[in-house]
Amino acid sequence: MRKKIRLKEFFIEAVLFLSAASSIFITLSIVIILFYESYGFFKKIPIIEFLTGTQWTPLFAEPRFGVLPLVTGTLLTTSIALSVALPLGLIAAIYLSEYAPHKVRETVKPVLELLAAVPTVVYGYFALLFLTPILQKFIPDLSGFNALSPGIIMGIMIIPYVSSVSEDAMRAVPMHIKEGSYAMGATRLQTAFKVIIPAAFSGIAAAFIIGISRAIGETMVVAIAAGMMPNFTFNPLEPVQTFTSYIVMVSLGDVPHGTLEYKTIFAAGIALFFMTLFFNILGFFLRAKIRERY
Amino acid sequence: MKDIKRRIAISKYWDYTFATIGLLSSFVGLALLLTLFLDLFIDGFPRLSYKFFTSFPSRFPENAGILSAWVGTVLVMIVTALAAIPLGVAAGIYLEEYAGKNLFTNIIEINIANLAGIPSIIYGLLALGLFVYFFKFGESILTGGLALTLLILPVVIMATREAIRAIPNSIREASYALGATKWQTVRWHILPYSTGGILTGIIIGLSRAIGETAPLITVGALTFIAFLPTSPLSSDFPFISFRWLLDPFTVMPIQLFNWVSRPQKGFHMNAAAAGIVLMVMTLVMNGIAIYIRYRFRKKIKW
Repeated sequence: MRKKIRLKEFFIEAVLFLSAASSIFITLSIVIILFYESYGFFKKIPIIEFLTGTQWTPLFAEPRFGVLPLVTGTLLTTSIALSVALPLGLIAAIYLSEYAPHKVRETVKPVLELLAAVPTVVYGYFALLFLTPILQKFIPDLSGFNALSPGIIMGIMIIPYVSSVSEDAMRAVPMHIKEGSYAMGATRLQTAFKVIIPAAFSGIAAAFIIGISRAIGETMVVAIAAGMMPNFTFNPLEPVQTFTSYIVMVSLGDVPHGTLEYKTIFAAGIALFFMTLFFNILGFFLRAKIRERY
Repeated sequence: MKDIKRRIAISKYWDYTFATIGLLSSFVGLALLLTLFLDLFIDGFPRLSYKFFTSFPSRFPENAGILSAWVGTVLVMIVTALAAIPLGVAAGIYLEEYAGKNLFTNIIEINIANLAGIPSIIYGLLALGLFVYFFKFGESILTGGLALTLLILPVVIMATREAIRAIPNSIREASYALGATKWQTVRWHILPYSTGGILTGIIIGLSRAIGETAPLITVGALTFIAFLPTSPLSSDFPFISFRWLLDPFTVMPIQLFNWVSRPQKGFHMNAAAAGIVLMVMTLVMNGIAIYIRYRFRKKIKW
């Protein structure tokens, strides 16, 4: 009887362990698949040409494989998104953690979370068919597909990521530090900017970095509204293509398995993977740091 | 004295100004959500009819509908739920209740946090290489469902862990004191108490999966499907068929993407209508999740 129970316990623990370990299997297979499939690409295309070329036309009759247009496209949309999300997210976080009455916080927070729940295709629709026509009234040069409008929408979309992580960081600042500041006669604003933000700095930095990683990896908004044109430009009024929207464009067509075109999406994928991995790990350690401190 | 009063007044002025700015920035999101909903509603509402839900896509926008799209979404979600729930909950239980504090546990934890941050399209590439070409599942419902499983697994795991962590140790100790084994404690005490939190996490994960587009595009979900998958009920023995798992498919967000990418105004209206349906689906699921969390939080008092 006891032996039977012990056997059962052992068996269950093994199953649970395997489930937990499956997450490592997932990461490993991502790395293996990306390397394996893009290996053939980098065997044909020298990595120097890939990293420094300014033309990205893999589907043309005379294909060019310079990744820089995708880099500038991604940089452009990401920086527009961040210039919307960082200030708004940070101000909202300060307001929610230091100013807002309990009731306001309890209503605003779930609404902000809902922003992250809306499907990204819907945001894409909104950027292309609502925001772009409005922006065109103010900026006549704006083309129908551009980096600006999806950038702005993406920025609003990632506000919740920025605000919730930085709010957590600011709330982690111990009460006695805040009370010390108030006791000296500082206002809430002075306390927020001169005491709380410096104290929560690494957590806020983590929030920004998570925002960057989200913006780099965001796909459908740019795929719909930015035009899928690999342009080597920093002009936000022109159509651009990002790493993500390139992968979407190729996947929509009928690209046979094993061809060089097929392998390009894995090359773009591996670049994307390492960029976001870098930011994710950085963000993870910054968050761990603030948890340790207080 | 006067000087000090003036400085205090200035400080207070800025304090109140910032309070207003803060309130406004917190409401930017809300304003955007409302505009978005209104815009979708104005563009798409006239198209929402019984026919819209029961027609296949078509070359003519007036005749086009979302039948194959919503059927595809439902079937893909079934696969995702069946795979993600057991795997994610089991992993969460292991990490909270069984795992020792060692390097391996640490690696798993960092790894899961990292998986949550990987762009969804990378999961699409993984599914393309692994499920479509390595396991040869083809561009099928099974592949799509499993791709989304990988995507929401971190969400389910983290929700499970959080729910379990909230249970006080006294409950576990009481159970052990009565001679229960670890699994008996988990099965009869930990799981029932954490059901609310776990359910919330599962629903939020699934609502994210419903709106996901990019990974399904990379695994080759088609944009134009004018037929339904094989019926799960068959007339021959054993009356249940799993052929549909390997059928090609499309889902709601891909249908929306397809319509929005076309130049004609008529298709844009269809896209808006599909957008309303999709938004309602995700909002209802999120609402249910919030309600469950609220109910369970009220019911359990430690």
